[in-house]
Amino acid sequence: MKLKMREPIRKILILEPSVLIAEGLRHVIDNFAGYDVCGIIRNQEGDIWAKIDDFNADLVIADPSVFDNRDRAGAHDMIKGIANAPVMALISTAADASYASTYDGTIYLSDTSDDIEQKISTVMKAAPAEQRGEGEELSSREKEILVCVAKGMLNKEIADHFNISIYTVITHRKNITRKTGIKTVAGLTVYALLNNLIDMNAME
Amino acid sequence: MDDMKDIHTGKLFSTGMKMAEVPDAEPRLLGVMRRLGIRFGFGEKTVEEVCAENGVNPHTLLLISKIYVNDKYAPSKEELSRSSIKDIVTYLHNSHDFYVGVALDTLEKFIKKMAGTLDEKHSRIITKFYSGYKDEILKHFEYEESVVFPYIQMLDEGKLPGNYSIDLYEESHSDVDEKLNDLKSIVMKYMPETCDDNLIQNVLTCLYTLENDLSKHTYIEDELLVPMAESREKYLRKQMDSSVTDETENA
Repeated sequence: MKLKMREPIRKILILEPSVLIAEGLRHVIDNFAGYDVCGIIRNQEGDIWAKIDDFNADLVIADPSVFDNRDRAGAHDMIKGIANAPVMALISTAADASYASTYDGTIYLSDTSDDIEQKISTVMKAAPAEQRGEGEELSSREKEILVCVAKGMLNKEIADHFNISIYTVITHRKNITRKTGIKTVAGLTVYALLNNLIDMNAME
Repeated sequence: MDDMKDIHTGKLFSTGMKMAEVPDAEPRLLGVMRRLGIRFGFGEKTVEEVCAENGVNPHTLLLISKIYVNDKYAPSKEELSRSSIKDIVTYLHNSHDFYVGVALDTLEKFIKKMAGTLDEKHSRIITKFYSGYKDEILKHFEYEESVVFPYIQMLDEGKLPGNYSIDLYEESHSDVDEKLNDLKSIVMKYMPETCDDNLIQNVLTCLYTLENDLSKHTYIEDELLVPMAESREKYLRKQMDSSVTDETENA
């Protein structure tokens, strides 16, 4: 019965050409509770945007010098659009300092570990709820799906019922569990009953 | 930080320290001692002396103590080989008795008290969920008592029964864990406003204490009992193989 982490771990993607800086930052972030580096991208080779999308990160920390000069100015908006997550700048050269203001936050090589933790946490708090992955109440679609789960329907049946993909059902279920803190079907049924989403008589 | 260093180097607990000082590090160790079958009235005796009087392997006590003080304590090979599998089974068996006879009873009493103040519908929902949890955890204990522990006792006596092996001891804990955790969320977050806060808190305190103790219990099963049983199995199999070879050579 391991103690479970109630807060989801936030995944951070690092875009940084220097292996020293990238691995150093990874090491610093590894010591923060609640964050995990999900990947490091070192250069713009290949389809960098698809790669960024693949990591599904909750926060991107990007050194503008990863990008070609022509992409550097617009990089922040592109990353933000793809990752749907806040993007912080990691400034490693004085020349790039001018880009800092377009980002959601800025990390400098001179920052202490505490500075970095503070900055990351400020940026994450400022991000909209859907980017932080921290909704408050269940959405109406989540409630509908919860009712199906309580009634004992399988994911496949729920997907067919709402004409959505099974992956979408699974994502909804994950979000329901994250918001309510309830994992088991029996527990979710209790939630639905207590919140009058279903009738006791419907259960028996 | 200094404390942590001491735990790792084993300085916090030693066989030569006074038994009466062991629970100073962590009061829950009082329960650990009882479950190992150690009786109070230590006087000025050391861990080693008290353990000898009670027929308990002192290294088992020290190892379990370290696990209670330090989450995720990774036992070394040496610590495992010095500990007694028999004492660990005794400990786990007595923990079951404690959960069944004391902890679950107390929890149930508080849940009933809280549910008694709710309307009939809410009261029924909560008590039904709790009894589902209780049935499940009792079934799990029963499996360990009737299958796993007797098997390990056989291993300890040098026998290798063919009808079971420790790798069959699959993690059937997880769903039970999750239900306990769900109950915590439900009681904390979704009780009607009319419900008395003291009654809710009593239930929650009980749930946290139980969850914590069960997590140590599971950790001891997974990180002590299973690896010790595995190495015992390996040893006995090897012995069996070599005796078979001997016989063929003699023939």
